[in-house]
Amino acid sequence: MSWESFWYMGGYAAYVWPAYGVTALVLAANLVWPVWQRKQLFRQLAIKQKRAQSK
Amino acid sequence: MSWIPAPVSRFFHRTSSPPHFYALADRFIPWLTAIFLLLLGAGLYGGLYLAPTDYQQGDSYRIIYIHVPAAWMSLFVYVMMAIMGGIALVWRMKLAEVMLISSAPIGAGFTFVALVTGSLWGKPMWGTWWVWDARLTSELILLFLYLGVISLYGAIEDKRSAARAVSILALVGVVNIPIIHYSVEWWNTLHQPATVSKLDKPSIHITMLVPLLLMAIAFKFYYLIAVLQAAKLELLKRETSSQWVKNMLEKQA
Repeated sequence: MSWESFWYMGGYAAYVWPAYGVTALVLAANLVWPVWQRKQLFRQLAIKQKRAQSK
Repeated sequence: MSWIPAPVSRFFHRTSSPPHFYALADRFIPWLTAIFLLLLGAGLYGGLYLAPTDYQQGDSYRIIYIHVPAAWMSLFVYVMMAIMGGIALVWRMKLAEVMLISSAPIGAGFTFVALVTGSLWGKPMWGTWWVWDARLTSELILLFLYLGVISLYGAIEDKRSAARAVSILALVGVVNIPIIHYSVEWWNTLHQPATVSKLDKPSIHITMLVPLLLMAIAFKFYYLIAVLQAAKLELLKRETSSQWVKNMLEKQA
């Protein structure tokens, strides 16, 4: 099977690939979001701690 | 709880202490990620490349490899949430509260994916994006239940009482789960009945079935990874002023 016919998906490319795309986006978002939020939180806490120490 | 053997209750006590759980999650996540990626790769390769074209639906049926696992997970995660809600209500276990609320966005994501991929599959096969049939409607209600849990938790300032409210909501909403599952049997619907769970003789060919099961297990591992990541964040948020968080900050600095 060629790549071309693989991407063509028997004529259903317009349905199959968006379905996989949406799934990838949603699942990735639920993984990346908490990790990113945690980094933000750590940064905030570190700043707070520094302030508390310098007082 | 005298009916629980001492080593078991000690194990739960230790695991459920936030710093211990946090460290445990950190240790497990790389392994879970490796298993997830392997299963995902094998499932996608099998489903999109190896599995033959369906004689009725052509290649459009390949949406099944994400649609069905996502739909299964949307129910599974909800049941997990309800169990955590029960534990949180009875034993006031903080970790159960954290796991409940951490599961909600992941379950909502799976439900959303099941609805959207179903719609993208329905258009070429049924000729419509959406019908108000029992399966689709009850799944949509499930999405609203998840969103309800998320917004109720966000609306209540005190996180302990928020968790109690959310636990009750999660438990009440569990009546929707059997309705979703049996909707295709109870009502005459456009949505097709189960093909896989008839374990005696699944009406799906083995080369199509194996990738589907691989994807289903992959999604289970994804849930574990995502819920641990979300739980780590929720624990940190709740315990910013505790000693173990301060120690961790100092180590990172």
